[in-house]
Amino acid sequence: MTVPNIQTPGFGTAQTYAVRRFGAPLKVKLSLPPLLWLAVFYALPLALIVVVSSAARGTYGGLLWDLSLKSYLRFFDPLYLGVLARSIGVAAFTTFICVVLAFPISWQMTRLSKRGQQIMVLLILIPFWTNVLVRLYAWMFLLGSSGPFNSVLMRLGLPPLEFLYTWKAVLLGFVYGALPFMILPLYASLEKIDKSLIEAAHDLYASSWQVFLRVILPLSKPGLVAGSVLVFASIPCDFVTPDIMGGSKYALMGNLIQQQYLVVRDWPFGSALALIQMLVIGGGLIVYLRQEQSA
Amino acid sequence: MKKPTGALLLSSLATLAFIYLPLLVLIVFSFNASKFNARWEGLSLRWYVQMLGNSDMRSATLNSLVVGVISSALATALAAMGALALERFHWKRKSLWEAFFFLPVVIPELMMAVGFLLLFNLVPSDLGLTKLVLAHTTLNLPIIWLIIRARLKKLDPRLEEAAMDLGATRAMAFYKVTLPLLAPAIVGGALMAFAVSLDDFFISFFVSDSASVTLPVYIYSLLRFNLSPEVNALSTALFVVSMLLVAVAFLLQGKEAHV
Repeated sequence: MTVPNIQTPGFGTAQTYAVRRFGAPLKVKLSLPPLLWLAVFYALPLALIVVVSSAARGTYGGLLWDLSLKSYLRFFDPLYLGVLARSIGVAAFTTFICVVLAFPISWQMTRLSKRGQQIMVLLILIPFWTNVLVRLYAWMFLLGSSGPFNSVLMRLGLPPLEFLYTWKAVLLGFVYGALPFMILPLYASLEKIDKSLIEAAHDLYASSWQVFLRVILPLSKPGLVAGSVLVFASIPCDFVTPDIMGGSKYALMGNLIQQQYLVVRDWPFGSALALIQMLVIGGGLIVYLRQEQSA
Repeated sequence: MKKPTGALLLSSLATLAFIYLPLLVLIVFSFNASKFNARWEGLSLRWYVQMLGNSDMRSATLNSLVVGVISSALATALAAMGALALERFHWKRKSLWEAFFFLPVVIPELMMAVGFLLLFNLVPSDLGLTKLVLAHTTLNLPIIWLIIRARLKKLDPRLEEAAMDLGATRAMAFYKVTLPLLAPAIVGGALMAFAVSLDDFFISFFVSDSASVTLPVYIYSLLRFNLSPEVNALSTALFVVSMLLVAVAFLLQGKEAHV
């Protein structure tokens, strides 16, 4: 065995030690593979979307490079604008339902013991870790025209419910998938509220409703904003939920993009749609967050 | 402070029921002997047996496992390198580099799916499962990077210095001190990556072809065209496997907190 090479550290911060000890080549050797990977498999694909959106569709679905904004102009058709408006509407409505459903349970969670709170967080997270298709199938099975829900109704002498493949079913699928994204941030900010503020409000003869509107709601704003952003942004991109719950009858932006790519094979238009959607969601979120900050 | 009101408790329980009822019904009915959805005819493993005998299902599972194992191993190695490079060396404009690693988490999955479709279209030959491995590695890299980086931030760099003061070489200090301390984050991150890969539908749907169908893509085709109680069994199995993976990943990260 060789005698170990004993080094004496100099003065300076931990970081300068590391730099001196490892030297530049190791830094490059370590960082180059992941950076190259991300450049090729992450930056390049996104750049390709921009490039392809300016091409035209060839006769057999191939690409003709003609550098134009045709695909973007095509979007300004009432048909496509309608799909965008509908996607935004569905996302907003889903966000609203999630807020209404998430508030009571998040507030109840803050009243539990520490252990109870941890268990509840896990319980809320489980559906989030369930595959999106398993989640949707579970509802499809439960609510199908001859599913367990309808057989209970019939046994009670009630008419069966034709719920699946309607707009409401699509909304249910979205709410179910997005609910954890709302509950967890909301719970996190409700948990931080100083409970003596609520006692103080009650001592000053505020009704429960006033306490909620004037104390709890304003203080829960960070969680509400974070949850809304997460829920709202997750919806327009999802093409499976409308597909499965709505029986492919109700198209949102995600469905439109998927069709352009995989069915119609008009990649330039699909790419333009994807970029427009990202700009609309991203722009909308930035405006929303700015307003929330200044308000 | 006021006691929990009945209405609050009730609505919370209703929300929990809303979350768990469909999953529980799905699991219970996967053990149903009847061929018809709603009629309960006693316990049976019939659908599980039928599922195991289904060759399409088996090849989809095999594809998912192969892609999951290779992509999570690759992503873990790349993420560990990236985390060490960024945390242990001086970088000008560090936050920009961090954003570069972090951004794939923020970009919608559909955008990445579309991008991969365009990228792989540039390659003339058929890449088969390799496409899925490359795509899932990219999807997983930032997630594991975040996990390992969080652990690395908590590690005291002086531990490694102390080892070297005591005569360890740079490599020895890394292998004997830093690596064992990072191990829970690395294993936890890899398991998380495997779970994400197994779970991924959007990217796989765009990237896979008929020869490289993964489990979620296969389930999608069943939901569209071929519903049978077998889907209950398959969904339940996937649910249980995802839960186990995530549980172990969380336990490892919990352990980390005690080091």
